[in-house]
Amino acid sequence: MTAFQIILMGLLIICAVSVSFSKNLLNAILIYMSFSLVMSMLWICLESPDLAITEAAVGAGITSVLFFVTLKKIHAIEAAEPEEKEESKDE
Amino acid sequence: MSKKRPASEYQKTFAFRFFRWLSGTKDPYLNEVEMHPQEEYHVDPEAALRHEKEHDAILDKVYDPERNMEMKLFRKLYHATSILFCLFLIALLLVTISYLPATGTIERPVNNEVAGRYIEKGLEETGAVNIVAGMILDYRAFDTLGESHVLFVATITVLILLRLNKTEKNEAEVNDRRFEPKNDTILQLSATFLVPVIIIFGIYIILNGHLGPGGGFSGGAVIGAGLVLYLNAFGFQKTERFFTEKTYKWICFFSLSFYCLAKSYSFYTGANQLHSVIPKGTPGAILSSGLILPLNIAVGLVVACTIYAFYAMFRKGGF
Repeated sequence: MTAFQIILMGLLIICAVSVSFSKNLLNAILIYMSFSLVMSMLWICLESPDLAITEAAVGAGITSVLFFVTLKKIHAIEAAEPEEKEESKDE
Repeated sequence: MSKKRPASEYQKTFAFRFFRWLSGTKDPYLNEVEMHPQEEYHVDPEAALRHEKEHDAILDKVYDPERNMEMKLFRKLYHATSILFCLFLIALLLVTISYLPATGTIERPVNNEVAGRYIEKGLEETGAVNIVAGMILDYRAFDTLGESHVLFVATITVLILLRLNKTEKNEAEVNDRRFEPKNDTILQLSATFLVPVIIIFGIYIILNGHLGPGGGFSGGAVIGAGLVLYLNAFGFQKTERFFTEKTYKWICFFSLSFYCLAKSYSFYTGANQLHSVIPKGTPGAILSSGLILPLNIAVGLVVACTIYAFYAMFRKGGF
């Protein structure tokens, strides 16, 4: 295991812990997105690029878009309208 | 109602009373019990305020840990029990793990002849350069069929949960229009450049599934993400020109039934030792590896449509 992979693993743990401790729902979703991106980088390190593509598209893209739509529907996002459009081009 | 007897005579019979009782049209208290019109209930504002204050004070006293010893004890006990339960669960899981066979040993159940056969004979038997595609769409195609159906069932469940009737749908559409980012120039310009690239990349992943990394599911997810971005930028009016509920239904129906029929054919020939008429082609060419390419296309269509449908239903309960 290279140093790069160890750093990614550390980031993964940090993301996972901070999602559960974040009070703001919007922040939680953003951290969850970064968790997925780190995970997709790790998949590439583990030599499975097809999983990396899926993880980036589904984990970072679509799941969080659905979360954003839900938050908007229940009016949990007040002064943060532009967030929804930025993340759907991530993949 | 009898036609032979007049109404006044019929009303005295037992049958008339029985059917009146059965249909519940008779009020048993009418003209039998003395009734006064109900007086309107007036609330004394002072009394109501006093009552509310008393209620709050009682609640404060009950839930104050300083005064309520029983609750103090319960809270401590609750914390202690939850910590103990978590520790017990951790210990139980760790003990269970210790019974699993060790990683890397030769007698692990993973190290059987199946994986070796996939690697050695995979190219020859399925014709796919990408062994993973050969595995999931040829050796284990039944699993992938189940996965596609799980996705389809999930969409149907969401459809049942979020579906609205006509008037509610119109209201939801009006609400959606109000909150929608209308004609956002930056978003529209970037979507104009990004959406074709994303969708072409998705198509490439699907068509290249048997030659390189990728396949139906990942390519379909990428195409679905591109569609969602397009929808975000230009609104429902533009996407409804080419994608409606009817399109979704027919695409899913044809893809899933094609998958079922194609795999039934290969299972039938495989189980009966028959020769399959589907050519394998030369490994590495785009038209090779038998059924894997069409199956990839079918799975990709289902996944892309499903993702778009999820988004549309979360937005306005239908599309």
